[in-house]
Amino acid sequence: MSVLVYIESPKGQFKKTGLEVASYASKVAQATGTEAIALVIGNAQNAGQLGLYGISKVLHVNSNDTIEFDAQSFTKVICDIALAQGATTVILSNTANGKALTGRLAIRMNAGSVSGANSLPDLSNGFVVSKSVYSGKAIVKYNITTANKVISVMGNSLQPEATGSDVTAEPIQVSFPTTKLKVLERKTSEGIVPLPEAELVVSAGRGMKGPENWGIIEDLATSLGATTACSRPVADTHWRPHHEHVGQTGVAIRPNLYIAAGISGAIQHLAGVNNSKVIVVINKDPEAPFFKAADYGVVGDLFDVVPRLTAAIKKFKAS
Amino acid sequence: MWQKYDFKQAYKNIVNSNIKLYQMNILVCISKTPDTTSKISFKSGDTEYNSDGVTFIMNPYDEWYALVRAIELTEQNGGNVTVLNVGPASNDIIIRKALAIGGSDAVRIDTEASDAYTVASNIAAYAKTKSFDLIFLGKETIDYNGSEVGAMVAELLDLPYVSYASTLEISGSTSTVTRDIEGGVEVCQVDGPFVLSAAKGMAEQRIPNMKGIMMAKNKPLEVIAPIGDAAKVSTIQFVLPPAKSGVKLIDPENMDELVRLLHEEAKVI
Repeated sequence: MSVLVYIESPKGQFKKTGLEVASYASKVAQATGTEAIALVIGNAQNAGQLGLYGISKVLHVNSNDTIEFDAQSFTKVICDIALAQGATTVILSNTANGKALTGRLAIRMNAGSVSGANSLPDLSNGFVVSKSVYSGKAIVKYNITTANKVISVMGNSLQPEATGSDVTAEPIQVSFPTTKLKVLERKTSEGIVPLPEAELVVSAGRGMKGPENWGIIEDLATSLGATTACSRPVADTHWRPHHEHVGQTGVAIRPNLYIAAGISGAIQHLAGVNNSKVIVVINKDPEAPFFKAADYGVVGDLFDVVPRLTAAIKKFKAS
Repeated sequence: MWQKYDFKQAYKNIVNSNIKLYQMNILVCISKTPDTTSKISFKSGDTEYNSDGVTFIMNPYDEWYALVRAIELTEQNGGNVTVLNVGPASNDIIIRKALAIGGSDAVRIDTEASDAYTVASNIAAYAKTKSFDLIFLGKETIDYNGSEVGAMVAELLDLPYVSYASTLEISGSTSTVTRDIEGGVEVCQVDGPFVLSAAKGMAEQRIPNMKGIMMAKNKPLEVIAPIGDAAKVSTIQFVLPPAKSGVKLIDPENMDELVRLLHEEAKVI
């Protein structure tokens, strides 16, 4: 028996979400008295560093190759390795690829599954995993009663803890089954933390009056090292790119800090952001519904308040 | 004597002549969710969602993106859109809406959608008895956000799966799909049948018109007995998230104070 965790390595690098699930898997292994094995597929720098997060064995599949993601072939490979390693629990990140794998892998492993777990399982009475549901308005606790289990973990659900030490990754060569899917190209923005992984997010809405005014939002984001986001109307009118849209129909995020300027806070917007740990709302309308969901509020004109906040952050960072 | 020119038959001949090349049978799986603005409460010792007084809707990702794109494709190329729902008779109202928007026919598998596996196993068992060129659903439901059913159906049918798809173009048997990934998109090409979960961008919402609503009443809705498997996870309890302690208002002139609170009290910067 063991716990297997698949760690994604986009562009050959582990991301924070990957280190989080490494920690998650090692804690599950510890609690169930077994070992945590990490699986890395394709190009990845220093796979052995996963040992730091409590992983006792790192299996590095086809380490010299760039392997394009295909849910069908990845499912077969992960399942085969899980069987060979005697893994009964498989942990994944709740990323685009992780979500595409969770259900598939559950079927192939004949496992019960939970997609989007927000905390470690409670083992006091079964194997109980909780997740946020109904637009963040409730948390559901599931008991997975099957012998095999597949869990994907929401980003920022726990902090990666570097308490162990590096291990030597074991290379393995696997022939990937050919499938009918081929990745042609990938277009991602360079240099910024993608929204689902961002710990700090600065977001703005229609109160900005036009795309030409976004400089103050970008300045605030830069001063914090935050990722920028926007509300639905802003993305729909192409003031900002589609991938910045957070909310129910856009990206769901759970950063440590979410700063919203000029967003009224409709329920559809809240659905995508109300799992943020701390919410700051800047709005000139004191009746804006967003203040009800906020931890800190500033009633004022964002064109005054935002630059003032940027200056205060710069002063704080310099001190 | 003039022979009356039959435009309808001529159109049919044109469509039929292209059948082998283009005509597609698309299965669109829809689910029912509470409207986002619904109040959330639970019953039976917090183990069951309390649906009293709740307005249910067709899951928007299923409706706006999966269903509408399927209809567009058959409008362009000919073919059939079968709407499938796993659920009780009370779901017929959303199924009729899907038919009013433009679905050709519908099937309801008469069982409670107790977990993703139950739903997926029923869909897959049904799909195995037919031959669909494409299987569409929304990227996730807005209540559970699990995004598992599409992946499960694809695995059960041993088909490729493209999730979070925001565009789809089809040429012959080859589909080109853009899927949303962290911070951008990935473009992939799939040969032959596959399962697609649709995200924003795939199509524009369509409001059913009166003609569609009237026609929907006469479109076939077949109800079949459950053919899938039992649930693999059980709901133990629903709990409410810890309540926010209320907003702390900061003087707009004093942003140093906000920064201090974010650092010392909230510990996020």
